[in-house]
Parts: sequence; C-alpha cells; structure tokens
Amino acid sequence: MHPMDVVQVIVYIAALTVLAPLLGAYMADVLSQKRCFLSPLLRPVENALYRLSGVDPEEEMTWKQYCVALLIFSGLGMAVVFCLQLTQKILPFNPQHLPAVSWHLALNTAISFMTNTNWQAYAGETTLSYLTQFLGLTVQNFVSAATGIAVFAALCRGIGRRSSETIGNFWADCVRSTVYILLPLSLVFAVILVGQGVVQTLRPYVTVTTIEGQQQTIPLGPAASQIAIKQLGTNGGGFFNANSAHPFENPTPLSNFLEMLAILLVAASMTYTFGKMVGSKRQGWILFVSMLVLFIGGLTVSLYAEHADNRLLGVAGSLEGKETRFGITNSVIWSTATTAASNGSINAMHESLSPLAALVAMFNMMVGEVIFGGVGSGLYGMIAYVILAVFIAGLMVGRTPEYLGKKIESFEIKMSVIAVLASSIVVLFSGALACITPAGLATLSTSGTHGLTEILYAFASAANNNGSAFAGLNANTPFYDLLTGAAMLIGRFSVSVPMLAVAGHLAQKKFTPPSAGTFPTDGALFVLLLLGTIIIIGALNFFPVLSLGPVIEHLFFIAGKGF
Amino acid sequence: MKQLLTCFRVFIVLTLLTGVLYPLAVTAVVRLIFPYRAGGSLVVVQKKAVGSELIGQQFTSYRYFQPRPSAIAYNPLPSGGSNLSCTSLQLRDSVENRGRQFCNSNRLSRQTVVPPDMLFASASGLDPDISPEAARLQIARVARERNYSKAQTAALALLVEHSVAPPQMGFLGEPRVNVLRLNEALDNLK
Repeated sequence: MHPMDVVQVIVYIAALTVLAPLLGAYMADVLSQKRCFLSPLLRPVENALYRLSGVDPEEEMTWKQYCVALLIFSGLGMAVVFCLQLTQKILPFNPQHLPAVSWHLALNTAISFMTNTNWQAYAGETTLSYLTQFLGLTVQNFVSAATGIAVFAALCRGIGRRSSETIGNFWADCVRSTVYILLPLSLVFAVILVGQGVVQTLRPYVTVTTIEGQQQTIPLGPAASQIAIKQLGTNGGGFFNANSAHPFENPTPLSNFLEMLAILLVAASMTYTFGKMVGSKRQGWILFVSMLVLFIGGLTVSLYAEHADNRLLGVAGSLEGKETRFGITNSVIWSTATTAASNGSINAMHESLSPLAALVAMFNMMVGEVIFGGVGSGLYGMIAYVILAVFIAGLMVGRTPEYLGKKIESFEIKMSVIAVLASSIVVLFSGALACITPAGLATLSTSGTHGLTEILYAFASAANNNGSAFAGLNANTPFYDLLTGAAMLIGRFSVSVPMLAVAGHLAQKKFTPPSAGTFPTDGALFVLLLLGTIIIIGALNFFPVLSLGPVIEHLFFIAGKGF
Repeated sequence: MKQLLTCFRVFIVLTLLTGVLYPLAVTAVVRLIFPYRAGGSLVVVQKKAVGSELIGQQFTSYRYFQPRPSAIAYNPLPSGGSNLSCTSLQLRDSVENRGRQFCNSNRLSRQTVVPPDMLFASASGLDPDISPEAARLQIARVARERNYSKAQTAALALLVEHSVAPPQMGFLGEPRVNVLRLNEALDNLK
C-alpha cells in the first residue's frame, strides 16, 4: 500500500466523523419539529404539502396506526413502480422505445426500490425508460429513505416519551424527512455531481462514429438527480448497469469521494440524532463508535486482502473489475462502506474481489445492516441489538434490564429477536433452496465454492436490503426474481414492524431512574458487549456456510490454486 | 378509509415534488451552468461527436494508444465487467494472453512488468483511462507505426506526460491518462 492510500482512508473517516454531529443535530431539530436554519425557506413548502395532501401534522398516531400507514404507503409505492414498468412502452419519455418489462422483473424491481434495497436484476440503460427512472425509481429512492427515517423518529419518540399512547404522525415524518433532509442535500449534491461529469439530460442516447470509424451508442438520461439520492438515501440502484463504476455515474476521484461520503453520511449522522432525541448525546456517540469499530475492522481486512499478492495471477493486487481512476484502495473503501450501509451501489465488481474482501462485504450485510446501515433502518436495527445486549447484561447482573430509563421486558426482547433473526433465517433457507433446485443452479456463472458464494451473496444482499450483487449470477429469472423479491419484503418489514411495536410499548412505560443495579450503557464496557452480541450472532448464524464459500476460496487463493 | 385517502394524496404530492419538480429543477440548473458535462462530455472533432471524454472506446490500430481490456468490447449497451473471480483459471489465461500480447506488440522483453490496468478488464467495461505507465510503454510502438522522427517521438513523449492527470486535489484517486483525449491530440501532433 502506498502512503497516499492511507491518507485517503484517514480523510474519509475524519470527514465522516466531523460531519455526523453537524447533520445529526440538524436532523434532530427537523424530526422534533423545532426551528432550524432552513425553516424560513422550507416551512412554507412543508405547509403547502400538508394542505395539498390533507395531513394534520399535529394528529398523533398509536404504533398500530403508524404501522398501517407505513404498510399502505409502501404498498402503493410498489404498485405504482410495478405498473409504470409494465406500461412504459406506451408512456412518454421513452426515447429509446424500450418495451414493457417482464412481470417478474417488474415485480422484483418494484419491491426492490420500495424496500430501499435497489437490487438490480435489470440493466438500466437497456431496460427502463426515462419516465420509469425518474417518476418511479427516483420517487422510491426518496420515499423509501423517508419511511426509514420516519420509523427511526418514531422509535426515538418511543424511548423519549413517558406514559404516552402515541409515537408521532407518519405522514408528517415522511414529509419532513423529504423536504428538510433528503431533498436539499440531493439538490446540492446532484449539481456538484454534474460538475464532475455525471449526465443529466432528457435527450435520447447519442450514436457517434469513433476516431477509428466504429459506431458507439452512448446512453444518457437524467442520472445525476437519481444518483444523488441513491447515495444519500442508502438506496444504491444504478441508473446504468455498471452502477457507480460507470463513468457517467461516477466520473472522477472527487465524485467518488463525495459519493462514498454520501453513502454513510446520513446513516452515521443518525446516531447523533438519536442521542439528541432521547436526551443522551453520549448514547449516540456510543452507537457511532460501535459502528465505526466494526467498519474499520472490516475495512482493514479488505484492504489487506486486496493489496496482497495474487499468486495465481502473478500480480500484486488485481484490477479485474476495477476502474483506473479509483484504483484498489478506493474500490475497497467503497465495497466496505456500501455493504456496511445498506446502500449496495458499487464502483468495482464485487464478484471479482478477493475472497476475504467478499467475506467482509457479506458479513456487513449478514449482521443485518447495522454498521451504520440504511438511512433510519440502520439505527432502528441497531437498537434491536442494543436491547439484546442490555438483556444479556441484565441476566449477568440479575436485574430487570433497562435502557435509557425504560424497563426492557419480554415483549421488547421478543420483538428484537424477530428483528435480528428473521433476515438470517431467510438468507439461509432461500440459499439452501437455490442450492438444491435446478432453477437456482441454472444461472450461476461458475460452479464450486465461488458459485455457492454467488447464491449466498444474492440472498444476504436481498434479505438485508443491501442490493449489491455478485453480478455473474443472472438473477433475472422467475425463480430469483420472486425469491429475492420475497426476501427483500421480509427483510424490510420483519425489522421495521417489530421495532415500531417496541416504540409503541416503550412509549407507554414510565421513566425508571437509574439505580445501583442498572447496567450503564454509556461506557466502553457496553461497546464491547454490543460488539460481542453482533459478532456472535452474525458468526453463529453464518459461520458454517461462510466456511464452505469464501473461507475455502481464500485457502485456495493463498495457495495460488484456481478453479 | 381516511388513512387510505391520505396515503394517495401524500403519495401524489411527494411524487410531484421528488419525481417531477426535483429532476426538472436539476436538469434546468445544470443546463445553464454545466451544459457540456450534463450532455455527456461529448468530444467534437470537425463538428462531429467522436465519443465522450468519459466513455472509453475501442482502438484496434497500433497507430493509436490502446485502452484497457473490456469485457463488453466498449459497447455501452449495457455496461459491465467480466465478473470473473480472482481464483478463476479463465481469468488467469486471459491475463497471460494479454500480458504476452502487450509485450509483443510493444516489443518489450518478457521480463517487463506489464501495468495491471492492461491485464485486467475494468468494472464498467468503459474505463476511459489507462495508467501513465501503460501509456509510456506504448510510445515507442505508436512512434514506429507512424514513422515518427526522433524529434516527433520526443514531442509525443512530452504529449503523454502532459496528458497525465495527477490525483485529484493532490491526494484523491490514481494518476491516469485519458485515452480518447490522448489519441485525439495524437492526430493533431505535427
């Protein structure tokens, strides 16, 4: 590794650490309905939206009402994206005259964008019309992130409120997250990206005659506006097939740096927002540090693996599936960040990563996307782990566990266990199903241990709403479209619904002042306990199958053997 | 029922805001301030677009600098990489072939360390850049194919050095050479 590589890593982590409390404080004001510096500009917009949609932002909801609103809103979004794809042929803004998308691919893509997964079984430039991209996908990029923030805000209120039946208003939370957080950030970011070379136009593709006289058709489109929110909202679905490796999505090292920052920025800032909203900033930092430790650990392993000698190929560090302008280090920071956050965009082909780097990417997803994780969803997923850690600590000291002044009882623990384990069960069972059915094996690009990893990666990505892929697997078949679609649905709602229930139940409880028997959750000991809980659950669930996949491949890799 | 109605109205309002107003606003703003970038950074030679500065294209003639290997032969519909694993024997064979071909075509000894960007296919298949070293190793071949004099070859070497884009802001990314821009300048070299 070159010293410059280390500098880039340090600048990246420093920028994230400095920006997180700034944005986090702003988001806490927004979600607590306080005035913020953009209020004079955006309050009129917000009020206009309430008037147009008939929402009374003061009307409070119970957790069940909140949950119903979340589900019908998500269902509607999914239906609209589904229909847009089936009818895009006859709709406007389709300059390439792309045909209707097949029903199973349309369903998969609709679920994918609604659940903030943005799994790409499609190739944007040859499948989707401009209209589908901006009226369908861009909208879901925003609202799927907004619903994540909404559930997060409800959970913060659940912890912060005392003896309350309600946890806020879902519609107001969605509108506020969109208007105050996602939209202003995206507007600025999209314009900066175009300045670096990302395309933003409604003109059709251009066909050029190259210097050597060949024909080349260059796809265009309104990409920048979608890419900005795809990164900020931890969505990750590419405008083009090669996602952020495509020069029109990520043209320069600077655009790359900013996009990497955007991938983690909002989710990392949420830790500070959480601390501020529940009245203990220190608690927010504890979560930030826990996530950062896991992130840096994974990054170190990946960097080591990617810069190591490849004896089979006879090179030090492979550039297969990597772009010249990013090099190895920026590809690895990205692969770690995009899987730590449930973003799933890529700037290098994950299938061509070294086995250990691929293992880190899968581990990041398999623990449930809580290492920063998705916008909102990362933090509410992390709270499920926190509740389990507090429970384990409670067993050790022999007292009723408490967290931030709220007693943690059997209901909260049951819900947290569902939130933590549901996606793991989905990954293992659907992976097993794919391994024993001809339909699951038919579209692998390779056999043996790497083929198993292809399957495992697909379901780890879908069930944890990440969306990145080992792209050698052709996942656009009815089998994979439907199975990954189901995995994405379960992955999203088996966490958000239980955590809303936790929010509702915690809100009803009284405040319990800390006593001598309370296990402190704001120190280094708790960080260790939390990390232990995450790693043990992740490792115990997946160690056997990971051994058969990337671990064996790594042993072949260091022996210089190939398949 | 009231929830359902609210749901429809909120969805429509947010769709108009984020799916119509937002992309149109961005499109309008960048058309004013970054028209070249927003339209795909098209390189125009004699009033005709010959490609995009950001999208790599195929150069088969040895009279031009060669780009990286591409899994899609630089056909952008759709973009993508080889997705071969780094323990793939198929990839090993490709790498050996590419190394041999690069050395033969540039009359380099077999001991030459071929820059890895010339051995491996990029992620997008459209990588517009090569490493400075990969460009330098091709200078002699290009000069030979074009029957350059010593002075012209020196001018070519200077052109290559001028084409090297250093890490952005001094520390971001890798140094690189844009192949299309270099070859365009090459055709204008006296």
